[in-house]
Amino acid sequence: MLPIRLACYGLRSVAANCKRINIGALSQITRKFSSDERPQFPGSRSQWTEKLEFIRPDLYDGIPVYRVMDRKGKVIDPSQDPQLSQEMVIKMYKCMTQLNTMDRILYESQRQGRISFYMTNYGEEGTHIGSAAALDPKDLIFGQYREAGTLMWRGFTLDQFMNQCYGNMEDGGKGKQMPVHYGSKDLNFVTISSPLGTQMPQAVGAAYSYKRAQNGLCVMCYFGEGTSSEGDAHAALNFSATLDCPVIFFCRNNGYAISTPSKEQYRGDGIAGRGPAYGMLTIRVDGNDVFAVYNATAKARQVALNEMRPVLIEAMTYRIGHHSTSDDSTAYRSVDEVRYWDERDHPISRLRNYMLSKGWWGDVQEKEWKENCKRQVMTAFARAEKKLKPNWKEIFTDVYHEMPSHITEQLKQMEEHVQKYAEHYPLKNFSKD
Amino acid sequence: MTAAEKKEMLRAVIGETQRMNLFQAINNSLDLALSSDPTAIIFGEDVAFGGVFRCTVGLQEKHGKSRVFNTPLCEQGIAGFGIGAATAGATAIAEIQFADYILPAFDQICNEAAKYRYRSGGLYDCGSLTIRAPCSAVGHGALYHSQSPEAFFAHCPGLKVVVPRGPIKAKGLLLSCIRDKNPCLFFEPKILYRSAVEQVPVKEYTMPLSKADILVEGDDITLVGWGTQVHVLREVCQLAKDQLNVSCELIDLVTILPWDKETIAQSVKKTGRLLIAHEAPLTSGFGAEIAASIQHDCFLNLEAPIERVTGFDTPFPHMFEPFYMPDKWRCFEAVKKLVNY
Repeated sequence: MLPIRLACYGLRSVAANCKRINIGALSQITRKFSSDERPQFPGSRSQWTEKLEFIRPDLYDGIPVYRVMDRKGKVIDPSQDPQLSQEMVIKMYKCMTQLNTMDRILYESQRQGRISFYMTNYGEEGTHIGSAAALDPKDLIFGQYREAGTLMWRGFTLDQFMNQCYGNMEDGGKGKQMPVHYGSKDLNFVTISSPLGTQMPQAVGAAYSYKRAQNGLCVMCYFGEGTSSEGDAHAALNFSATLDCPVIFFCRNNGYAISTPSKEQYRGDGIAGRGPAYGMLTIRVDGNDVFAVYNATAKARQVALNEMRPVLIEAMTYRIGHHSTSDDSTAYRSVDEVRYWDERDHPISRLRNYMLSKGWWGDVQEKEWKENCKRQVMTAFARAEKKLKPNWKEIFTDVYHEMPSHITEQLKQMEEHVQKYAEHYPLKNFSKD
Repeated sequence: MTAAEKKEMLRAVIGETQRMNLFQAINNSLDLALSSDPTAIIFGEDVAFGGVFRCTVGLQEKHGKSRVFNTPLCEQGIAGFGIGAATAGATAIAEIQFADYILPAFDQICNEAAKYRYRSGGLYDCGSLTIRAPCSAVGHGALYHSQSPEAFFAHCPGLKVVVPRGPIKAKGLLLSCIRDKNPCLFFEPKILYRSAVEQVPVKEYTMPLSKADILVEGDDITLVGWGTQVHVLREVCQLAKDQLNVSCELIDLVTILPWDKETIAQSVKKTGRLLIAHEAPLTSGFGAEIAASIQHDCFLNLEAPIERVTGFDTPFPHMFEPFYMPDKWRCFEAVKKLVNY
């Protein structure tokens, strides 16, 4: 009796709740302390360990790359074939090839001094078309700068692309920005801006707005693996998860940020490796496999909307072209490396092989489409080049919703100046309206 | 009209008033914004429990967790999130906990928010974004709890920058900013949160942005300030009257961008002398813009150089705050110099 009472006394000094101590209650006391089995820190999900063990970041293989087709365009597991209609698949193919053709013409036009700047999408057409096809046309897209195919899929015309690149009076952006800084309200594509990653937390805020509006739409946010190093990327991933936003983060990991290869961009398991750390659903896919991209995006959209949570897709691909017309990538990578991707793992060839295997395409259609496509691009190009630039007074518009007096004052001053020194300004290229 | 009649008339026009300090007036303004606009949301660090300065007390309880909520600790995220929310149709009211910490959000504010409408040819805008932040000296804030960063943002076309001097103005100006179709920065002088108390109209009202207030009419010299400094300058007006027999015209600029050059210029054309005072450092402080513009527009009216009394070109020190501030004695001395030029 006494020893038990003494033992119980020691326990009582610790357990404030214990009122009566008897031998039967000892086991109850032990059970009350089962909370001792797990750490009690706020937000903790962990168990205890008495082993001094650091987690090695390279202990496991990276997150696997989901694919549907092999590099030759043959479906590996038929259950993963999204079974898209012939019409849809041909539309995908035509969109990718038209993008490719437009890129060639516009890149060349910069070389010839007709437009000031251009960025091609070579090798990444699959990431654009595969993902855009799986979205609702009203889902809001925030891009980085290498997603022209998503706009093309949605119906941005060749004229619209060219007008923006030429900055002419029909540019929706009113000649304010460099080429490839497209935007479209009708097609729900937010105007591109040059600073990298800024679109990411914006996409999260937009998704939150959509959630509150209960409009059944999600937000799609594209960015490159280089951009994922920006602070805004971290901010966006964290906010999206903590605030339960229906946003899909789509990373185009194309191996290079201008000249910086991905092994100099990060040391961990790419961008997908970060997703779970932020508490979000994550997948890595073969970006050159249009069907894999399509499937992942379709599923991501479903989850984002049904569960009101963000999803991260890392699409592995390769930037076949230079970063832009201001870049010559032979300075930092071998021609052989580029040729490998162009010839052995290209989203367009892989899809074409799939179409051929289904009997949906052939040499005759290929030739016909190629010519047709080139002709359409060339005529749009010629049209865009001929158009005047917007009236120079557009400099002063849209700074604010309404033009404040100090800007009006500056406009008037410049009007007087231009009138006086007209012959020194390229007025004939600019619209008078 | 008797005093009683005047009071009656004011009550008829203004309606019922309530004694409120600055944070209460701001709280009231935010409450009205959320009550009148179902898309309005308030977010930032610690806003859910009421905010470190109590500006958002009671708002989550009243309007719900989806409308008043905490974000993770990340100013660039708060600003970016706000821009996106505004672009997608919400009235987004962001709080940055101290103006000193607004700098990580500079890229989002100046490269993005300010330029959203312009660069998209008007297709997209984030006009329904307002960012609020406590600013200015509080007595002991030192480098990172005392800054007045209005000049950084004044240099960024596309933004509006507003600084209230008290509860009545703050309530109306904040509501105007929230409803304004341009991204607005609303800097609230934190020392006034408790110390500025007024009888604030209870009803909903707005006050015009970009319109300076002439608080005291005078003939000899124009004094311009904003926020806390307006109250310092008011004392300077009295000192000048008592000790120098000088009649000062006191103007609260109210809005830093776009600023009301017209009212200042008109005043200076009358008085011929201008003193600008602000807590922010001298070089490239907003006083520099006012001085450059006014000397241009009022050159022949000026009787003396334009004077600026400001914080020094140093970071904001802790122990030495009484020496750093553009206090009434430095301002008074400047008035003396100008009238005797």
